[in-house]
Amino acid sequence: METVIYILSWIFLLGGAIFLLVGAIGILRFPDFYTRLHAVSVCDTMGAGLVLAGLMLQGGFSLVTVKLLLIFYFMIFTGPTAVHALAQAALQGKLKPVVDEHEQQ
Amino acid sequence: MSGLLGLYNYWIVIILMMTGFYAVIARPNLIKQIIGLFIFQTSVFILFISMANIEGGTAPIIKEGIRLYSNPLPHVLILTAIVVSLATTALGLALVVRIKEAYGTINEDNIHVQDEED
Amino acid sequence: MEILIDTILLVLLMITGFSIVRMRSLLAATMLTSIYSLLSASLFVVLDAVDVALTEAAIGAGISTILLLATIALTTDREKPPQRTPMLPLIVVIITGMALIYGTLDMPHFGNPQAPVHLHVAPAYLHDTPGEIGIPNVVTSVLASYRGYDTLGELAVIFTAGAGVLTLLGYRTRGGNSMDPGIRKLLILRVIGKLFFPLILLFALYVQFHGDYGPGGGFQAGVIFATGFILYALAFGLGNAQRLIPHQLLRIMVAFGMLLYIGVGIESMLLGGKFLEYNVLADDPVSGQHLGIILIELGVGITVASVMLMIYYVFRSRQPEGDL
Repeated sequence: METVIYILSWIFLLGGAIFLLVGAIGILRFPDFYTRLHAVSVCDTMGAGLVLAGLMLQGGFSLVTVKLLLIFYFMIFTGPTAVHALAQAALQGKLKPVVDEHEQQ
Repeated sequence: MSGLLGLYNYWIVIILMMTGFYAVIARPNLIKQIIGLFIFQTSVFILFISMANIEGGTAPIIKEGIRLYSNPLPHVLILTAIVVSLATTALGLALVVRIKEAYGTINEDNIHVQDEED
Repeated sequence: MEILIDTILLVLLMITGFSIVRMRSLLAATMLTSIYSLLSASLFVVLDAVDVALTEAAIGAGISTILLLATIALTTDREKPPQRTPMLPLIVVIITGMALIYGTLDMPHFGNPQAPVHLHVAPAYLHDTPGEIGIPNVVTSVLASYRGYDTLGELAVIFTAGAGVLTLLGYRTRGGNSMDPGIRKLLILRVIGKLFFPLILLFALYVQFHGDYGPGGGFQAGVIFATGFILYALAFGLGNAQRLIPHQLLRIMVAFGMLLYIGVGIESMLLGGKFLEYNVLADDPVSGQHLGIILIELGVGITVASVMLMIYYVFRSRQPEGDL
């Protein structure tokens, strides 16, 4: 049973790492600010979420898990809020999204 | 960890320190200088904390079954230094705001020019 | 493994540092400074300095960013390209760096347990703390008890800096408690701010009073407390934050924290001990130490929180109405 939990936690951790990597690549590769925000939210939700889930499995039923749950709760709320604030600020700063030329016609 | 390899940590910290130092002496913008000072301060903190580290040690919170702890003394010094650094940075920023109000610029070169005109 | 993480973090710090110096936009440089602080906080965790990491994260990534942003809002956010040649500073920096690196050659290696720093005083603190002070967190015991004088001095520096900012900028009262119209539009930010404000205060109290057992203490708690109120002021406007904690109250609190600290010292003198000798505060020396540490940590927390909040109020009150 312990080995199963151990392996499962590592699957979560590695999955989280992959999502973080994908998000980082997205930030570098996407063309404009608004699309990059999407990449950021991948890091926030799946990346951090999976890493925290993996750590919770390693922690077992203890105070550590409760603290990790609290961190997860914080992440869920602050992540989207920060992205929302950024997008709002960009909109107010009159930043135009890059649109595909074919769709404009 | 033999030879000079054990010192690389300090060397990187010195490079960081010099980065901040460069911003302080090479940039005419006062806010940029304060940011440079901030980098300098933080790298000094890293230097102290690096010295406090003991290989295989843990955080200095006494717990049964642990024998080796990191040195708590530099931690205490730096802990208070960080808060003091913020207080002094705030004082510097307040000075910058006053200079902006008095001279209309925060560029050191322009300030010197204005001083010479007076 | 630890060495690997340590190296990666140091390299990231270097990259961030270089980009801060190259950056022309001060706004971007401020954000990078915040990242720099967060990275160094992570480094402190790797190097086993959890208390320091907590402080650095709250200060560097939290309050100092806000102060820098406030200053930029009051001045300018573009840096003009320098007119003089950057050669001379570069040479000075390289020579200084070389001299410092030459100086490290004699230093004990990183993580060496036989380094002179680890052989004197520190082992005594680690050895005596459980018996004399009776709390597990050695950092707190050194900070509050063994080196109480130092901490009093640091607190005085913070107090003086707060007073200095107040003297330089002064506090400007503004008419009306109305919310800035710009903020009123950001409904989501306000709802989340309202949701997190009590949680941050609760966390600050936990850090304050759990400092004897885990990482934490007055300095960290004070900063986190101030962050909570700054969040409130950001989300609901300065006027509403002022109704919560008026500026006059803050001035009294700044002095009160200092007085509480000194008062504990004088109280122990009156009871027949030396200045800041907590053993005499209760019948039993260990519980006397407990009481003394809790009281002076409270004093530190009150002064730090109110100085930070006061500095923020002062900077913010300079800004014209309707401007963030």
